[in-house]
Amino acid sequence: MADEPTVQAAEPAAQAQAAAQSEAGDEPTPVRPIDPNFEPEIIVFACHYCAYAAADLAGSMRLQYPTNIRMIKLPCTGKLEVIHLLKALEAGADGVYAAGCMEGECHYLKGNLWARKRVDYAKTLLAEMGMEPERIDMFNMSSAMGPRFAEVATEFTERIKRLGPNPVKRANTEGQSA
Amino acid sequence: MITAERKPFEEILKLVEGQQKVLVAGCDTCVAVCLTGGEKEAEILATELRIKAKEEGREVQIEHTAAIRQCEWEYLDAIAPKVNEYPVVLSMACGIGIQSMAEKFADKLVLPAVNTNMLGMPQEHAVWYERCGACGDCVLGDTGGICPVVRCSKSLMNGPCGGSHGGKCEVTTPEKEEIDCAWQLIHDKLYAQGREDLLLKYTPPKDWSKSSAGGPRKMVKEEAKPV
Repeated sequence: MADEPTVQAAEPAAQAQAAAQSEAGDEPTPVRPIDPNFEPEIIVFACHYCAYAAADLAGSMRLQYPTNIRMIKLPCTGKLEVIHLLKALEAGADGVYAAGCMEGECHYLKGNLWARKRVDYAKTLLAEMGMEPERIDMFNMSSAMGPRFAEVATEFTERIKRLGPNPVKRANTEGQSA
Repeated sequence: MITAERKPFEEILKLVEGQQKVLVAGCDTCVAVCLTGGEKEAEILATELRIKAKEEGREVQIEHTAAIRQCEWEYLDAIAPKVNEYPVVLSMACGIGIQSMAEKFADKLVLPAVNTNMLGMPQEHAVWYERCGACGDCVLGDTGGICPVVRCSKSLMNGPCGGSHGGKCEVTTPEKEEIDCAWQLIHDKLYAQGREDLLLKYTPPKDWSKSSAGGPRKMVKEEAKPV
């Protein structure tokens, strides 16, 4: 991992920031210190008919959104299985989200509703594993919602930055370097 | 079919505590159909256990496999090479499959990852209701195809009792959902069939020795035994 040294170097600064926050007493101390140099890796499972097209539109509109997201196109978010979400996290993704059609507008009628249920179930699995359920989510958008695609990408990236790196990532990188 | 529910993750973690090499073994028959312990669910559990171990910085080797049926020797033979790589097997099969696994691989520590709960019927997708108590002496012929043994809260043979109100039992499920009175259902069905005279037939106390009260049961099909 090329960014590993940077992340480590930034830790003292982040700890100082966290300490300053706890001294102020206004905000609760974050579980992990926020690292300003942390660039999360986020996997997006995007439906071919809506979110993937929305991403295309966002590109055509020259909208800016974080480069942290990696898109995987699905024929429908109904294809998304719980294991796909878990595998992404096990492999070291810091966050994963599904982006499907607006509810009631699935090309395959109910695929996005199935996906929503699976995402919710995967959240419960994360909670029992002691990982933040917020690392997984589901969003709905149509193919005409390029700005919404960029907005979701930005908001989710910010959320994951606040949560910090996936705790399994450390084990993965140690495994690679060993 | 036989239905089962996965044990809470905390309980599974306790069972495999301190183990480094664990094989999660699914079963692709009943527990796969009730979406609890098939290959898919075995992979999910194995992944969860690996993630948990990585979070805690523990070195583990956890994989998954699945037998077509864990309750038959031939299908266990098929997964034997994989099982033999591991000292601990976390089985997601029903109680029969888990015991077959423990008997076949006597040197392995075989642990249960599910609670086998009933002989259930999927009344609708992803919802199972208990339909058979395997009592060993079926009475469905006299009860309009509705089992009083498991569907009546008291397993009455000559119901209904005084706790039947408006077709509902006085007992509710642990989730506080109402239960249909089995004897009301039997009554309605027999009337619809014109067989209501059966309701007046006295059924003597059930011989529970044919059920599990008679000790472990055994079934032999002499005509089918290998020659």
